Amino acid sequence: MKILIVDDFSTMRRIIKNLLRDLGFTNTDEADDGNTALPMLRSGKYDFLVTDWNMPGMSGIDLLKEVRADDALKTLPVLMVTAEAKRDQIVAAAQAGVNGYVVKPFTAAVLKEKIEKIFERIQ
Amino acid sequence: MSNIKKNQTELDSEITDKLRGQATALMEHVEAGNYVKAMGVINDLSEVRDQSLYIEVGRLTRSLHEAIRNFQIDPQNEEQQQALSMMTDASDRLEYVIQMTSKAANRTMDLVEDAMPRVNAMRDQARSLRDDWQRLRRREMAPAEFRELYTRIDNYFITVADDAEAMYGSLSEILLAQDFQDLTGQVIHKVTTLVKEVEEHLLNLVVMAGHVDQLTGTVHELEKQEETSPEKGEGPQMRAAERADVVSGQDDVDDLLSSLGF
Repeated sequence: MKILIVDDFSTMRRIIKNLLRDLGFTNTDEADDGNTALPMLRSGKYDFLVTDWNMPGMSGIDLLKEVRADDALKTLPVLMVTAEAKRDQIVAAAQAGVNGYVVKPFTAAVLKEKIEKIFERIQ
Repeated sequence: MSNIKKNQTELDSEITDKLRGQATALMEHVEAGNYVKAMGVINDLSEVRDQSLYIEVGRLTRSLHEAIRNFQIDPQNEEQQQALSMMTDASDRLEYVIQMTSKAANRTMDLVEDAMPRVNAMRDQARSLRDDWQRLRRREMAPAEFRELYTRIDNYFITVADDAEAMYGSLSEILLAQDFQDLTGQVIHKVTTLVKEVEEHLLNLVVMAGHVDQLTGTVHELEKQEETSPEKGEGPQMRAAERADVVSGQDDVDDLLSSLGF
């Protein structure tokens, strides 16, 4: 299971990386925005994408749309972990095809639950 | 400020006297059928109107200058220069907050990431020793194996003591890494005070500009505010609990998503 973590703050990437490791996912890579993430996703055979929304360069919602529009990537499960908390935004993310939505600040338990739920639905 | 308010309703007595005099003169000329003279008076009248306008605008300009000076964007002496540098200083200060919080977060995570495998190793060793110890108590252990267990227990006591000491050290360093809160708190307080001051001065400027517009009869067409699209990231929302358009937490998000068929 190879996972890409996208967030512009290195501390948040580190926190998510640690939480994923505790859940047994040790094969993780990091990117600091959509522009860096997209080429990695296209060449790297990732099984799961965890992304923030608000980032300089390409935002998480645009990254999600790019992923869904790409034939090779469109089935990639995407979990959004973000501080964006407007109802309109959550609806927009759902319409764009997000698989899960976690609002910051979050707990390890919430992250675990959402990830497990996503994999349950896929299998 | 109070000056301006008064000026709005009361014109200079000199001007009001003039106005009154000219109005009577105008009436007299019209009644006498002397229209050329009447036109002349009307001309004088509009001159008086312009004159009073100039006086008002002059007054406002002076107040405006004063407000700008208070706003500290027109430094004329060392003291004001210093005050101006507070503004640039504010962004440096906020940059400092980012640095401090990031340093503390990384330091804490370094120590935690260092301690986690140690704790795991301690747990694994303890479990394995407990299993062997149970076997010994059930008398399922050969003497050679017991001698090996004996040494392992000995070593375990040593490593546990060492690891516990190291971890205590890490914990107290993590405690110390939280000292940023005090420093960044002070910095943010200072910046907040500055922002409040600037806001007050800005408000004064806006009120004054409004009076100038009133006097000159200028009407501004307000530019349409850019509509915020939900696509645009906004960061954390303040007072989420009081707002209907914002979710108050993960439970709210889950409810919303399940209402959408998730």
